[in-house]
Amino acid sequence: MAERILMKGNEAIAEAAIRAGCRHFFGYPITPQTEVSAYLAKRMPKVGGCFLQAESEVAAINMVLGAAAAGVRVMTSSSSPGISLKSEGISYIIGSDLPCVILNIQRGGPGLGGIQPSQADYNQATKAPGHGDAHVMVFAPSTVQEMVTCIFDMFDLSEQYRVPAMLLGDGLLGQMMEPVEFPDVKVTPAEKPWAANGHQNKREHNVVNSLYLQPDQLEAKNIERFERYAQIQANETRAEAFETEDCDVLVVAYGASSRIARSAVMNARAQGLKVGLLRPITLWPFPKKELLKASKTAKDILVVEMSMGQMVDDVKLALECKKPVHFFGHTGGIIPTPAEVLEQLKTIAGGAAK
Amino acid sequence: MTTVYEKSKMLTDAPMSYCPGCTHGIIHKLVAESISELGVEGRTVGVAPVGCSVMAYNFFACDMVQAPHGRAPAVATGLARALPEGVIFTYQGDGDLAAIGTAETVHAASRGENIVIIFVNNAIYGMTGGQMAPTTLPGQVTQTSPYGRDVKTAGYPIRICEMLATLDGTAYAERVSVNSVPNIRKAKKAIKKAFENQIAGRGFSIVEVLSTCPTNWGLTPVEALKWLEENMTPYYPLGVYKDITAEEGK
Repeated sequence: MAERILMKGNEAIAEAAIRAGCRHFFGYPITPQTEVSAYLAKRMPKVGGCFLQAESEVAAINMVLGAAAAGVRVMTSSSSPGISLKSEGISYIIGSDLPCVILNIQRGGPGLGGIQPSQADYNQATKAPGHGDAHVMVFAPSTVQEMVTCIFDMFDLSEQYRVPAMLLGDGLLGQMMEPVEFPDVKVTPAEKPWAANGHQNKREHNVVNSLYLQPDQLEAKNIERFERYAQIQANETRAEAFETEDCDVLVVAYGASSRIARSAVMNARAQGLKVGLLRPITLWPFPKKELLKASKTAKDILVVEMSMGQMVDDVKLALECKKPVHFFGHTGGIIPTPAEVLEQLKTIAGGAAK
Repeated sequence: MTTVYEKSKMLTDAPMSYCPGCTHGIIHKLVAESISELGVEGRTVGVAPVGCSVMAYNFFACDMVQAPHGRAPAVATGLARALPEGVIFTYQGDGDLAAIGTAETVHAASRGENIVIIFVNNAIYGMTGGQMAPTTLPGQVTQTSPYGRDVKTAGYPIRICEMLATLDGTAYAERVSVNSVPNIRKAKKAIKKAFENQIAGRGFSIVEVLSTCPTNWGLTPVEALKWLEENMTPYYPLGVYKDITAEEGK
């Protein structure tokens, strides 16, 4: 039985990465993800790994590109403004079909914004992580334990599909302490015959590249990549359904706001309201079939986010606007309270009951 | 029959995409020969920049990675940290290295990354059609300095070797030229020395190669070689700016 220890979210992510076989980390300081770097600066030298504080986010993501091209498991970590800086490199990494893990411990924006928790980078993460026809897999855990299990899966899936994986957390999850267990699994990184790690005079030279000057070749490359995206969409969506079997109102929330929504749902149930929660764990691919299943009996949908409303569009798209989709959220670092969400549920359920 | 000369096996058979009279071909040859002569082709990984040499990955027969504009030293850092036995080099032009990639260049040097940078300085952006580069000379006419580079508004050229030589992390910085046979021989020696430094784990080495761009300078190849000698060499003096092996020898 693995040991249960109390850990901060950011530190648990860092330890999980090491246990998942990551020995290369390149980062740049930014609140509220700093503990990731601080933890790895201590731990990496002890396990023969590389911790490097880069001169910028731009340099850090390109160091990730280089290490990923060499075929090793590699991670970088940042928060919202830093992810914008990394988006150039993320696009090149996608275009070069390289696996890696990227953390975005979100804070309020736009611009320098604030340093309090936020979920306002949903659209950036799921729709446009960089220029071009480009996606990364986006995971949104809601507990420290789930952050750990996600990190293991992210390294594996990223290598399996040769698509980067992003963990979309927030300052709340990064900073909170919870008990956590590390899975005792044998890590087996994928074979990487494409890696630029020196041909040892035994094979043709490998090229890791995102440049295709012939339009037909570039289109073909994109189509091939989108076939992998389609496989990811078919096989890798994840979501947790809570009290959804008979719900009149379905709440959809992820990450930190799903914890608040869950409390509100439990309180509402105690008051006799038939409400449930669907918690997407993958944001890209968006868990459409899980949403359709969970919303079967629902007359209304309520999306709760720590933003001005971003995932709400994906919920409407998934439901093809066949049901009313309401939104409640706070942004800028203000965290919605369970009481506020309960009020929304009462109002909507009152309407639904009419 | 005796073979008196053959193309380096470190170069592929792909036809080079450079303009007639451009000196990139010579520099590719010197890099390829140096790596071959040191017998490290099998553990070499090169990094191609954005610019005229963006497709260098087609010409060098070692493993290659294509980097975003200016980021080659950061990509090389990732490669070098992941491949401790690797021989890692970047091949970059002046816009890539001395404008958009200045931070990556300076910090790779300051960390003493065990990499080689081949810096091709031809005082102009070639691939995009001849715009002013950070190394464009005062008064030099380009597409974006049509009245000649006015230092009052466009600032002064950057002397990279001189600047990097001030950093403790730099092991070796030398400026060479490929405008004449004697200079090409010196350039070869410098490039080979840079790779020897890396194999010995001495850290960051940069060889700046003064190069021509007949197409965008609007000169014939022969005139371009002359223009380089008469205009670039006075502003960018050739020579060794730092060499820790020489300092150790003292």
